[in-house]
Amino acid sequence: MAERHTLQVDIVSAEGEIFSGPATMVVAPASQGDIGVAPRHAPLLSMLKPGEVRVHLPDGTEQFFFVGGGAIEVQPSKVTVLADTALRAKDIDEAAALAAKQRAEEALKDRSGHITQAEALAELARAAAQLKIIARLRKQHS
Amino acid sequence: MPGTKEIRAKITSVKNTQKITKAMQMVATSKMRRAQERMRAARPYAEGIRNVIGHLTKANPDYRSPYLSEREAVKTIGIIVVSTDRGLAGALNANVFKQTLLLMREWQDKGIAVKLCMIGAKGMAFFRRLNVPVLAHVTHLGDRPHVKDIIGTVKVMLDAYRDGELDRLFLVNAQFINTMTQRPSVEQLLPALSIDTEGLQRHWDYLYEPEASQILDDLLMRYIESQVYRAAVENVASEMAARMVAMKSASDNASKLISEMQLIYNKARQAAITKELAEIVGGAAAV
Repeated sequence: MAERHTLQVDIVSAEGEIFSGPATMVVAPASQGDIGVAPRHAPLLSMLKPGEVRVHLPDGTEQFFFVGGGAIEVQPSKVTVLADTALRAKDIDEAAALAAKQRAEEALKDRSGHITQAEALAELARAAAQLKIIARLRKQHS
Repeated sequence: MPGTKEIRAKITSVKNTQKITKAMQMVATSKMRRAQERMRAARPYAEGIRNVIGHLTKANPDYRSPYLSEREAVKTIGIIVVSTDRGLAGALNANVFKQTLLLMREWQDKGIAVKLCMIGAKGMAFFRRLNVPVLAHVTHLGDRPHVKDIIGTVKVMLDAYRDGELDRLFLVNAQFINTMTQRPSVEQLLPALSIDTEGLQRHWDYLYEPEASQILDDLLMRYIESQVYRAAVENVASEMAARMVAMKSASDNASKLISEMQLIYNKARQAAITKELAEIVGGAAAV
């Protein structure tokens, strides 16, 4: 009896599970406007806008979760919200990508100026090993 | 026989070093546990998104996402290498780099170019020596990597793939097997062939908002990001495990060193006492 009036709700983000349990209704900020999902809703797949997901629990209370966007998958007895942990916008992502590119370019550029001690030691060990091999080869040939 | 004072000073210095290695070991142990929990926490999302993508591709067989379809001619491949920011973690990074070099060699021998993406400072320090283009780079994700910090880096590679600059994308990181074992793992991210639709029995006739192709591409992007996030977290767990083991053996070595030096110290002290006594006895006899 109870099963017919509830649906299983899972709200997950890449960094962890946020909510999992039965609910009587879910309200989510879909990309084309807020949607309310009751049990036996038609299968639906939508992207989400940043906003709050409201979960009506079987005991009559309500829980709110903020999502920074993401996606919602609705099956007749199951709702999965794939929440973004970060606010996503085209220009924000674009800027982050640009920053990552610049970091790579800078790290490749400062070849001489910025050598860490560990690198210098590794370089020294390599040179010492090469010298050893040269000395051994000389000995063999003479 | 070296003086007792010098030996005592040396023992103190080794003891101080041991204190540091012991502290590092304990810190690594607790950080490793937390990293393992985060690995577990990331699993439901990856499974959820994989299922949705599976349903979606099954319901829309006519739309072929560029992220899913295999390209006939492979000219350039991309490799995302996850390494640590700091050292003192045993051979962890060296193993990952060796595996990466093998992978690079394998493709370069076929005349295929390789482009890299570096997550972690150690990887950048190593691979910038080779003349291989590095497209994107991020460091200092810390012990708790966040998805928002890797979005940009992954986007560079995804865009390069979509624009045809890359034809395949791999991910190399240290796989956490258990506390004692971490193995470098190579995984193909794009085209994403690992998503199989075999096990899904139901076919859902979805309503879409916006259209299916847009949702599929957005989800695939997030899927790849979550894979890289998982790799970054797993790498932290591996780093901590490797550091824990390395610091444990360092502490053990210090203990051994201290007990050896303690022995030498005791002998030297005893010798000094004996000598002093002999001198007193000798002096008394002379009088």
